[in-house]
Amino acid sequence: MTRRAREALLGYALLVPSAIVFAWFFFYPLYRLFVMGLHQQNRTGTAERWVGWSHFGDVLGGEQFREGVRITGTYVLYTVPLGLVLGVLLAVAANRRLKGIKVFQMIFSSTIASSVAVASVIFVVLLNPQIGYFASVKMFSLSDPDTALRGVALSSVWQNLGLTFVIVLAGLQAVPDEVDEAATLDGYGPVRRFFRVTLPLISPTLMFLAVVLVIFALQAFAQADILTQGGPLGSTETLVWKIFNSQQPVDQGTGAVMAIGLFGITLVVSLAQFLILDRRVHYGN
Amino acid sequence: MATDLHQARWKKGAWYAGLGALALLVLFPVYMTIVRALSQPRAYVQAGQPPWPVHPEWDVFTRAFTDGDLGRKFLVSAVVTVCIVGGQLITATLAAYAFTFLQFPFRRLLFFVFMATLMLPIEVTLIPNVQTIRSLGWLNSYPGLITPFLATAFGTFLLRQGFRGIPRDLLDASQLDGFGHLAFLRRVAIPVTRPVVASFGVIAFLTAWNQYTWPRAVVTEGRWETIQIGLRTVATQTIDRNNVGFAAALLAALPILLLLIFLQRQLVRGLTTGAVKG
Repeated sequence: MTRRAREALLGYALLVPSAIVFAWFFFYPLYRLFVMGLHQQNRTGTAERWVGWSHFGDVLGGEQFREGVRITGTYVLYTVPLGLVLGVLLAVAANRRLKGIKVFQMIFSSTIASSVAVASVIFVVLLNPQIGYFASVKMFSLSDPDTALRGVALSSVWQNLGLTFVIVLAGLQAVPDEVDEAATLDGYGPVRRFFRVTLPLISPTLMFLAVVLVIFALQAFAQADILTQGGPLGSTETLVWKIFNSQQPVDQGTGAVMAIGLFGITLVVSLAQFLILDRRVHYGN
Repeated sequence: MATDLHQARWKKGAWYAGLGALALLVLFPVYMTIVRALSQPRAYVQAGQPPWPVHPEWDVFTRAFTDGDLGRKFLVSAVVTVCIVGGQLITATLAAYAFTFLQFPFRRLLFFVFMATLMLPIEVTLIPNVQTIRSLGWLNSYPGLITPFLATAFGTFLLRQGFRGIPRDLLDASQLDGFGHLAFLRRVAIPVTRPVVASFGVIAFLTAWNQYTWPRAVVTEGRWETIQIGLRTVATQTIDRNNVGFAAALLAALPILLLLIFLQRQLVRGLTTGAVKG
């Protein structure tokens, strides 16, 4: 065997472990989603019949999916802008050479230690309708269908604070001191300096972060599972919540098409991320 | 001059006040959870749920292990996490090495296919994957909790970035010395990129320890609950004993908190990859 052939063989051999997992748990299930979406199963899963592509239109245009998209979309709007603003606020506050600033930086990044489940339990303490500390605050009451999603969103905002802070701070620290000094010499005040100089310089970081937060929000499930069980009146049934609860044979076809819908949405957002990153790799810094 | 100094000092004080207020905002939810975990549940409600502990019961954290079977859940989470991190480190290192140092047909295409899995989160493929696990008889088992996560596009990408920083001459030199690729990987590539490997390992640990949706889908028996899934029952517990659940939530965050304190540099570098160049 030639040296080249041996090298190629080794290359494939090294890819095999990953390739097996990817084929088995990423690409095969993607194919299965389409098969499932094209068939309707009976209640026990013992028989299925072909329902065809029209099923896709029915589900994606149907009440359940649209409701899931609306709730998930609202969730994105509740969590992403607020999360970004708070993250920037924390990072700007902690990006100072002050005594003890490391302690504050540690505190601000501390919510990284909290998983979605832990954050949800912590917000049970704050928002649970029976025992929550803020149970009587109407603006994000978990017992009112009009406000429950806000309460759930609040737990996500808090949970993501640490990550947002850490990333924005890294962005701020990459801004050279000279830039700020030059702006000061030009007579810029602190507020104008921030909005006209700092913010544009860290905007790629913020874009990246926005995409990450959007993807987190698209995958929201545990928060609703723990805090509200999808209620009240289904007002916190996110897309993933609906997919998760469509695992019975009779619902599977619908669940599969909704999952493909979620895939489509994720794809668009991820592509946006790639475009941003790509541009930064070529022209950034 | 004196007024300038005075003004600077005042400004600094205001800045600290702002920092303090923000710290309070971040910590208050955790503080209230500690208060609730420590308080005797009935007495706490009767006292009107004040922001301080009522009849504190300090043994609540040990009771989480005896009453709440937290030990078993910690064990399941630990086994799952260690296997996933170890598995990902191996598969990603091998794949990244192939993509960086070896020439073979369809290399670019295969890399693209690998990266495409980034767009298939487990939430999308959940229904058919649970079916696969069920048909294998792997519900409520370690293989069911671990296998789908034994490969990672993110890790492969990260390690490839690390490997690309290694000068090609180093490989040529080691081959002249009669070393094969695997020896080069073990003796040069991995040691040289240790910071990248460490960052990725820390992120993989955090992700595996914290995951919720998948274990929730493939675990139906209490015995196989990870610590995260176990927390779900907290919300539905009776008021009389929910303090144990709140204590469990705090304990569940402890391993990652330790990670944050002792491996902060690796963690932050891993989290900020892609966000800030360099």
